[in-house]
Amino acid sequence: MEYVPILLLFVLGFGFAVFSVTIAEVTGPRRFNKAKQEGYECGIEPSPQPVVGGGRMPVAYYLTAMLFILFDIEMVFLYPFAVTADALGVFGLVEIVLFIATVAFAYAYVWRRGGLDWN
Amino acid sequence: MSARELIANDPTWLSLVKAVLVFALLLVITILLIWFERRVLGRMQQRPGPNRVGPFGLLQTVADALKLAFKEDIRPKLADNWVYFLAPAISAGAAFLAFSVIPLGGQVNLFGYQTSLQLADMPVSLLVVLACSSVGVYGIVLGGWSSGSPYPLLGALRSAAQVISYEIAMGLSFVAVILFAGSLSTGDIVDAQGQGGVWYAFLLPVSFVIYVISMVGETNRAPFDLAEAESELIGGYHTEYSSIKFAMFFLGEYVNMVTVSAVATTLFLGGWHAPFWLGGVGGGVLNTGWWPLLWFLLKVVFMLFIFVWLRGALPRMRYDQFMKLGWKVLVPVNLVWIVAVVAVRTMRNTGVGTAQLLTIIGIVVVVVLAIVLLLPNRPAASDVEEVPVTGGDHPLPPLDLEVPKVPKRKPVAAAPAPELSAEEEGVPDGRA
Repeated sequence: MEYVPILLLFVLGFGFAVFSVTIAEVTGPRRFNKAKQEGYECGIEPSPQPVVGGGRMPVAYYLTAMLFILFDIEMVFLYPFAVTADALGVFGLVEIVLFIATVAFAYAYVWRRGGLDWN
Repeated sequence: MSARELIANDPTWLSLVKAVLVFALLLVITILLIWFERRVLGRMQQRPGPNRVGPFGLLQTVADALKLAFKEDIRPKLADNWVYFLAPAISAGAAFLAFSVIPLGGQVNLFGYQTSLQLADMPVSLLVVLACSSVGVYGIVLGGWSSGSPYPLLGALRSAAQVISYEIAMGLSFVAVILFAGSLSTGDIVDAQGQGGVWYAFLLPVSFVIYVISMVGETNRAPFDLAEAESELIGGYHTEYSSIKFAMFFLGEYVNMVTVSAVATTLFLGGWHAPFWLGGVGGGVLNTGWWPLLWFLLKVVFMLFIFVWLRGALPRMRYDQFMKLGWKVLVPVNLVWIVAVVAVRTMRNTGVGTAQLLTIIGIVVVVVLAIVLLLPNRPAASDVEEVPVTGGDHPLPPLDLEVPKVPKRKPVAAAPAPELSAEEEGVPDGRA
């Protein structure tokens, strides 16, 4: 039941957005022009693309996504610890330092291998 | 009763009323924010800003939105129809969601019900905030991908990498706050900062600074607006969007700004509590009834002003510098800070006195300094980027190539040149 208000706001917000996007098809004028429907490339003729976006992306983005998962999981583990830290006391402190150190090893490795560099 | 219990007692119709109020509030704030940004930016650049539509130009945003509604809705040939259609809706819709767990005020009487000025609260409210901000990325990525055009795709990729990178820094900066509040519920966090508590911005300054930096990165705002860098990517992920669809992306961005400002207010600036020098006025009357809404809005406006200020003052960062700041500065500083905060707090709880604590901190600082000083200096990295001079299929000219000087020639004396063309006339010394 706690989540019902969020659902209500979701229905309102998303409904408003979908309504606006739909109404745009009706309210605007329609003047056909072949060049208008090409992809925008600063006035140059668009290069032909087999799939949308050419199907290929630089690998660095995948790497960032993987690292995000690593640290996101670390974050998610830190939250419950932070809530109960006072009850866990010294034991919790030692454990969390060990945990952060473990992730820090992976982090140092990635840094060393240049996984965090962009060029 | 705590805010959570009060909210749990809300009948569904009251929740609906609150949802409509929050939705309307967000729309109004967004409309005013865009005006506010343009006016303040105008002042910072020594020009008046929009001042024609309505008093002080207040209705400028409404006029712009109406104009956009009647513009042609262009859909590129290569676009993926459904995704292209849905992406702006996802972007705007998801932006509204995170605001549902923000406490706008304390206990009030709303239509005869004692309730709290907050749409929803639960033991995991902060996770809801993070989840909603993650969903917003989908709108941007799908919008860029579905446009079927290179610039939007690049903008979307950048944006995705940027938002998830800064989400790490953002999420980690929450940890110290959770530690002190002992709860993930936004209502509890605000309560912990009221009544004798200290605002966490003062108690945990490092977390606050990291949050403020990462919230700018998270919302794709200047100086971190690399996803829509005009000079490189035209408009970024919304290059191909027009009419209301573009307006939806715009709306999503500004609602996101309001939301992250509200989160900053809730977590670090004491939420809806009156500023501490006003907290004692009239026996705390300024913290009851509808007063809190005023303090909350003032604090949000303050955070929004920081956004505008940054945009007016700083140039856009380069992408590699930006990612370096996120991954190599914010994340490690955050982790060290978390460990330090946990260690100090645990020692305090186990009965270590202030003098002992200061001694321990001193020893740690000295040891760290000693290690840093004793580490051998690495040879300075040479700045010259290595470029292969030979190898490969193409012959490369030597990099230290000097362009030989043009040898001086004597001007041809009085040589008649009847066929001198217009181009050659401008060349001095008769070099032509």
